[in-house]
Amino acid sequence: MGTERNVLLKYLLFSAAVLVAPIFFSGGYLLNVLVFVGINTMLALALNLLLGYAGQISLGQAAFFGLGSYISGVATANYGMNPWTALVLAAVVVGVIAFTIGFPILKLKGHYLAMSTLGFGIIIYILFNETIDLTGGPSGLSGIPYFSVGEFQFDSDLKNYFLIWGFALLMILFSVNLVNSRIGRALRAIHDSEVAARVMGVNARLLKVQIFALSAVFSSIAGSLYAHTMTFISPASFGFNFSVELLTMVVIGGLGTVYGSFLGAALLTLLPEFLRTLQDYDIVFYGLLLVLMTMFMPGGLVRIPSLVLPFLAKFKVRRQGNA
Amino acid sequence: MLTNKLRNLFLSAVCVLASAAVATAAPTIKVGALFAVTGPASFLGEPERNSAQMVVNQINAAGGIRRQKVELIVMDTQGDATKAVQAATRLIKEGVVAIIGPSTTGDTMAVIPLVERAKVPLISCSAGAKITEPVKPWVFKTAQNDYLAVTKIYEHLVKHKLTKVALLTVSDSFGSSGREQLKALAGRYGITLVADDTYGPKDTDMTPQLTKIRGLHAQALICWGTNPGPAIIARNARQLGLSIPLFMSHGVSSKKFIDLAGSASEGIILPSGRVLVADLLPKNDKQKKALLAFVKEYQKNFKAEGDHFGGHAWDAMMLLKGAIERGGASRPAIRAQLEKTRNFAGIGGIFNYSPTDHSGLTKDAFVLVKVKGGDWTLVK
Repeated sequence: MGTERNVLLKYLLFSAAVLVAPIFFSGGYLLNVLVFVGINTMLALALNLLLGYAGQISLGQAAFFGLGSYISGVATANYGMNPWTALVLAAVVVGVIAFTIGFPILKLKGHYLAMSTLGFGIIIYILFNETIDLTGGPSGLSGIPYFSVGEFQFDSDLKNYFLIWGFALLMILFSVNLVNSRIGRALRAIHDSEVAARVMGVNARLLKVQIFALSAVFSSIAGSLYAHTMTFISPASFGFNFSVELLTMVVIGGLGTVYGSFLGAALLTLLPEFLRTLQDYDIVFYGLLLVLMTMFMPGGLVRIPSLVLPFLAKFKVRRQGNA
Repeated sequence: MLTNKLRNLFLSAVCVLASAAVATAAPTIKVGALFAVTGPASFLGEPERNSAQMVVNQINAAGGIRRQKVELIVMDTQGDATKAVQAATRLIKEGVVAIIGPSTTGDTMAVIPLVERAKVPLISCSAGAKITEPVKPWVFKTAQNDYLAVTKIYEHLVKHKLTKVALLTVSDSFGSSGREQLKALAGRYGITLVADDTYGPKDTDMTPQLTKIRGLHAQALICWGTNPGPAIIARNARQLGLSIPLFMSHGVSSKKFIDLAGSASEGIILPSGRVLVADLLPKNDKQKKALLAFVKEYQKNFKAEGDHFGGHAWDAMMLLKGAIERGGASRPAIRAQLEKTRNFAGIGGIFNYSPTDHSGLTKDAFVLVKVKGGDWTLVK
């Protein structure tokens, strides 16, 4: 019972922090960056459910993100569809695609799974580039409308912040519930030993495909939100590099933790902004920091409290002893 | 203890006041720049950043514009639309009077909604025709439209009665934009396209495409891409013994192309900005003075050859300087004055902006050059 209350408390605290954050950042450019932190949080969370909990790697997450963006973008910019309908359409289409390819792909393990998802990512990337009549090709698709409710348009950073973080918080709530449920336990069982999980009566094959599809749907929703806040998309944003960046976010943030996804996304999105003062050397420090973090914090950023708290406790005891 | 603290407080107060006084005496003009300094488009972004900084240093050394110093705030977009939008947001919040760049059409299209809404003048350094067509009030550009380059090649082909043409274009934004224009304008010049093939930006062998083209009895081959693809095509064509004349785009108009293609580059014709052949131009050429100055300065500062990519940023910065000199450093004044720019002889060509034309150049911005003896020569 106690842990359940802790989980809820943590979620409420996090939501409260998200809701008051704009007070400190409004008017500055950082609010715009925080919008992208929200989008990356959703994407990292989607990958973390798959990789951190179920132990299935995907190097094609950018493809699902891109598909969501492009289905939304093309449907609204070229065919005049309502952005909200387009978001749902994209999520359904991407979900069906992921579910269909999930069955053959997820039979593979380890390097082979990585390779096949990588291949899928590259195929989709080429598709965006070559279907010029539909997607505008490498120079991008413009004229995508903002989200709107009646007369109210989500056309400023502040409005988009609440829109995107609204979705992000819902996804986090869903994920927290999922990983603390029977399904979450089954996923972790698959992660540790698929054979053992199947012996215990877990339908591993179906569950893996389901979590793969869920991860794709989350990414697609993030993609639609991205398309309608940027109002312009180009294939370069959905390449292999971005899949790797997402993977880095998840690993740096902490595998198998919901809030780790947020920490990783926040760090990797905000860090380049703070490193800009270093001019041309920013990329060197960026790389160095990532290497150091993976060396000394293999559990991810989310483990910082568990590293620091015992130390503080010891410190406290010593002081009390002195007094 | 207390006196120490008081003294510190006093000293810091003096410092703050002094710096405030300096700030009010000479407020700087903040100009934003978005360039793809790193990433796949860095061959554009780096010379652009260098050239823009070079112009700003010159301006400040000469006492600034209307006695105000210029501060250039450069942001790296890495050729990524998301990063470009973040950087542009930051520049706008920092109160820049105008933005020059971005380097690529994709980045430019991504930031256009932002600058239009914030009403900040943008002088893009990328080529895509859709940046200024239709005209957007706050968006200008200095890079020559692709169709001007295409026009130049087609006129040459028609003059030499070469009307059956094969196309080989790269599948990135530069190539697809070129391909679009090549196809759209072919009819107007009575040119038949017998092949329309593409290659990937990272491909290392184009023999299959060229073998196919060899069998089609084309009279000329036009290849549209940026280094290193076209150099590979030139070499492959030489190896296959393809004897038809080979045309390239302005995407490879730098010495680098001749270095990469070696002797296979001999005889290749391409449209280029005048900067490549600055010293070969006749004395009465209006751009000659600006071109020679740019080439000399760039060589002096960066020990490298100034190319037309850097020229786009040089032009953008000079156009901006002219606008501020005439109308002052406010966003609406700069926009209004940019639109009134007439007969500005820059690196890319002679600019004439108007309310209906924010790209400002004609096909005369290009000359045809031919590789001869390992160097560029003018095609008359």
